Amino acid sequence: MSAATKSAPKPAPKSASKKTATPAPAPKPTAAANGIHPGSLLSITQLSLDEVSSILALADKLANEPLSKHAELLDNRKIALLFYESSTRTRTSFELAAKSLGAMTTLVSDKSSSIEKGESLKDTGLTLRALGAECIILRHNASGSPYLLAQQTGLPVLNAGDGMHEHPSQALLDLRTILSRLGKKQAVDEKTLDGVTICITGDILHSRVARSNALLLPRLGAKVILCGPSQLLPPEAVQLSTGITLERDFDAALKQSQVVMMLRIQKERLAGLQIDLADYQRQFQLNDERYAAYAPNALVMHPGPMIRGLEITADIADGPQSAIEEQVSNGLAIRMALLARALTGGAA
Amino acid sequence: MKTILIKGGHLIDPPSRTDRPRDLLIRDNRIVELGDPGKLSAAAKKEGAEVIDASGLIVAPGLVDIHVHLREPGQGHKETIESGTKAAAMGGFTALCCMPNTSPVNDSPEVTRWMLSPERKAHIRVFPVAAATRGSMGDTITEYGSLKAAGAVGFSDDGKPVLQDAVMHQALIAAARAGVPMIQHAENTKITVGASMNAGARAFRLGLRGMSIEAESGIVERDIRLVRELTTGGKGPRPHLHVQHVSTAKAMEAIRQAKRAGLHVTCEVAPHHFMLTDEAVEGYNTHAKMNPPLRSEEDRAAMVTALLDGTADCIATDHAPHAVHEKEQEFEKAPNGITGIETSLSLSIKMLHHQHRMPLLRLMHLMSTAPAHIMGLRGRGTLAPEAFADVVLFDPKSTWTFDARKSPSKSRNTPFDGQTLPGVVKMTISEGRVVYKS
Ligand SMILES: [Zn+2]
Repeated sequence: MSAATKSAPKPAPKSASKKTATPAPAPKPTAAANGIHPGSLLSITQLSLDEVSSILALADKLANEPLSKHAELLDNRKIALLFYESSTRTRTSFELAAKSLGAMTTLVSDKSSSIEKGESLKDTGLTLRALGAECIILRHNASGSPYLLAQQTGLPVLNAGDGMHEHPSQALLDLRTILSRLGKKQAVDEKTLDGVTICITGDILHSRVARSNALLLPRLGAKVILCGPSQLLPPEAVQLSTGITLERDFDAALKQSQVVMMLRIQKERLAGLQIDLADYQRQFQLNDERYAAYAPNALVMHPGPMIRGLEITADIADGPQSAIEEQVSNGLAIRMALLARALTGGAA
Repeated sequence: MKTILIKGGHLIDPPSRTDRPRDLLIRDNRIVELGDPGKLSAAAKKEGAEVIDASGLIVAPGLVDIHVHLREPGQGHKETIESGTKAAAMGGFTALCCMPNTSPVNDSPEVTRWMLSPERKAHIRVFPVAAATRGSMGDTITEYGSLKAAGAVGFSDDGKPVLQDAVMHQALIAAARAGVPMIQHAENTKITVGASMNAGARAFRLGLRGMSIEAESGIVERDIRLVRELTTGGKGPRPHLHVQHVSTAKAMEAIRQAKRAGLHVTCEVAPHHFMLTDEAVEGYNTHAKMNPPLRSEEDRAAMVTALLDGTADCIATDHAPHAVHEKEQEFEKAPNGITGIETSLSLSIKMLHHQHRMPLLRLMHLMSTAPAHIMGLRGRGTLAPEAFADVVLFDPKSTWTFDARKSPSKSRNTPFDGQTLPGVVKMTISEGRVVYKS
């Protein structure tokens, strides 16, 4: 975990403008973090840029070589997918990644009733370990749950989305997508994304994808604009990292951006909030008209699942500037690399 | 008749401002006499007194913690009155006030008396705080008169604060009539639903719902307003509001103003709130999950300032034991609270005496005299002749390493485990009985 300190975002300059307050101090490895397997990926902040580069390089290698070359890399290794929340996309992506490296997978989900009623996360983890699981991929509705699982089992744990916290593999696959579409090298450093502005729009408050991306991209030199209504984007979001600004006006944000990342509006989470969907659509939907007027060449991304017609229109989602499908295929490559890293230390 | 002579120590007694070498004579459960070094030896010898050599040690009134959770009745797996008081004795305490959030809630004289019965095997004195409302549900105030007669020394719904203005108004009046404080855990629980740490940038990054500063200060301001109304307009006895574990600069400032206005408002600060900030939550460390939550550095510093300038009246731990498996859960699911009676003295010495040069006389005031006074515990918090022979002997200069597994407490949920701290308790005497000796 020493990488966490090394790769911590630098503190904001003293002369920070109004919109860039000093970020909260970066996470320090705590005593509680001891015993976490180095192959784990719990938060994107734990990776140094060198580690990011090597994960990207490994993903590249695995994606470009014929399946037969690496089909036995994780021969008979046992990987458990522990999914307390359903997610077709992430689950399938991890599962296919594991299988294409030759690993055995087992899915334990709330739907499959394998998660015993009332059994603690710790005990479920220990049970999986006792059954031979060598790595656990966890999706859970509680922020931080992968930390608990990693501490208690000592196994490599891959965070496949925890509560409102993070989705680090998504940030890596998004990065791979951005780099390839912008024609950048896969070996990244603090300057790789200099001059690139990325706008993330939508329900930032509840989005682990937004957090992981906002914590990663500025470290490569990108400027990140977070955009959304105040109910979904509270002011403290600006302190996630340096290089972040908040913008309530989507058009103004688009005008500056080379990449626009749209987030799903999670209708189920709007219950307590005062959000008028029609008004939201008017202000924040990425549609043809807005795209043509303000960012006619921007790369369009969406972590999915999308609601066509709500946060994004079909013609934009399916248009030539959309990288949405590519994000999905990059997901497979990144997750193969993360599994190889978890189980072999990256010796692929 | 049993007599003890404690000789050769450096005696600190805040009420008499004694801060010099003095010997101390105890007979049975009372303090008999203080004297210059050597002066009491002849009398002690005549009585066949047991002699305790306190050379190099501070001799002070036993510490008083007015905010602990002893978990009995109902949750003996976390703590019992026996185990909690044993751990407290190890920490130098001779009196504890225990909160009513037991199972059942201490809202009746029967539960209060049960807690006080000798079968509980308390090692030191326990003074129950009874529930302010029935079942701590916040609707109907309990019978303060009969609860006080049974042994209750104050009223509080602790973790379930009294939110309704009218009920709080009634509670302040009833407590004033009973001559005891109305004690409030200041939190507007209507706006902290689902919150598990301090609100702000860190909570946002960790994806945890945060408790705002205003959730605390809003209730403190409301309570002060009620006290003011009753004090200036009321005909009845003067109400006494005691605010538990203040954690925010804003609430502390409201208390400062209330004191300036001459209102009877007191408050306590917990060691974790002057030692730690919400940085300790990183890694989803459930040993840093408590309520009120660990706050910002600015708030932490404000707690120290308040202890130094007298706005904060005393130190209390909010000792909140939980079983290991309860804390080994998802952060938002894990229960709030940490244990505290073992480390309170050492942490206070470290932060206030060492880092901020607070004299030990003042520290003993905050940890013994003042809390005893707030809760009306007569004959405690002092070494004056005829006071209870509650005495702590400690070495402020040497250090020890806290090993939570070795604590007599049944729980070990503390962020201070393994830390080397200054201030070693050598002996605790409760009403003339040696209850702890290292
Ligand atoms: Zn409490």
